[in-house]
Amino acid sequence: MCATCGCGDERGVRVETRDAADTREESESGSPDHLHGEYSHSHDHPHDHDHPHDHGHSHEDGVHAPGDSEAEVPEQDGATRRIELEREVLAKNDTVAERNRQWLTERGVLALNLMSSPGAGKTTLLERTLAESASSVPLAVIEGDQETLRDSERLRRAGADVVQINTGAGCHLDAEMVWGALRSLRPAPGSVVLVENVGNLVCPALFDLGEYAKVVIAAVTEGEDKPLKYPNMFAHTDLVLLNKTDLLPHLSFEVDRFAEYARRINPGVEILPVSATTDEGLPAWYDWLAGHVSSPLHQGV
Amino acid sequence: MEWLWEGIAVHELGITQSVVDAVLDAVTEPRVTRLELEIGKLSGVVPDSVRFCFDLVVTGTALEGARLDIVTPTGSGRCRDCDQRLVLEDQLAVCDCGSPDVEVLSGRELRIRAVDVESGTVTS
Ligand SMILES: [Zn+2]
Repeated sequence: MCATCGCGDERGVRVETRDAADTREESESGSPDHLHGEYSHSHDHPHDHDHPHDHGHSHEDGVHAPGDSEAEVPEQDGATRRIELEREVLAKNDTVAERNRQWLTERGVLALNLMSSPGAGKTTLLERTLAESASSVPLAVIEGDQETLRDSERLRRAGADVVQINTGAGCHLDAEMVWGALRSLRPAPGSVVLVENVGNLVCPALFDLGEYAKVVIAAVTEGEDKPLKYPNMFAHTDLVLLNKTDLLPHLSFEVDRFAEYARRINPGVEILPVSATTDEGLPAWYDWLAGHVSSPLHQGV
Repeated sequence: MEWLWEGIAVHELGITQSVVDAVLDAVTEPRVTRLELEIGKLSGVVPDSVRFCFDLVVTGTALEGARLDIVTPTGSGRCRDCDQRLVLEDQLAVCDCGSPDVEVLSGRELRIRAVDVESGTVTS
């Protein structure tokens, strides 16, 4: 199984390619050492240890916070020695994400990482967006789902170019999966790629996909305190689409309170109340899309 | 591993797998006896869940049987309104001045610090 993405067979990740024939062209030169989908993995990492193996055990002052089980350090008895690694757990993902970002920027393609809990109405919102905004902004979809093809079939019927990633047991998309999907999708220059992440608000928050912006879709049925329950997600998102506002008359949900909670975690976050069933607020979302896709170099949100 | 689908363990499984793979990438020694991780309090990753997943993920690798030590640095931040430094226990901190506009400076770490390895011969 490979780092970060856990993409080995046992996890069952597969990219359902739109056109399986020619995603091969860029697989050399600077590309990562494997692609998903029909490609085999090659994990031939060079092991060039050029660090000396005689580190002492002096920890930097103040780094060891109180709390968890800090350890006594084993004696250097000749059989055991310490190797300082000091590396980010997600370094590999972040490297691929950065390459995705560069690839997208070179093509003037704006990728959005759409995240939500199950049931927030993300697929309906996407369907509607595709039907109503695709004429002014070219849209394509990368659909992440643990097992089924149902959502991507719905979106395809709505007229979109869709590539599906089935993550198997994986609870989030990672940069490597998106790389494979982008190669299959081949989005047109100047288009928007809507990446529908796997439905949960915990794991996707940690994984940079190389997207231009993160968008959280929350529904008023989920309660005002959603941002407080999922602070990591709300801390990193650029835009919140607060969906199902048509139900507000039947709920005690206060949009202002939700916005206050979200801004407590992320003061700069933009919040657009929308209803995918009545189209309330949707023009503002379409304007957001159109505005960002036309910004010349897609500078950060 | 369907039983792992429940709850948060799934999340940490992916993270734990990333940790183990990164260690195996970096270390050629046949046996790792100890792994030291840093998981910041604001990282969104639960140390106990990582421990839970660790034993599963290391089975059959050079890390099997390794001791897992996790340090959990608390967060620190800076108030964007009054410039005061704060200790952050979670992401919901409000500054003494009443401002919720707090920039997180640290506490989101997810780092592999070091490993102890066992080997008969000293390389390099
Ligand atoms: Zn302050």
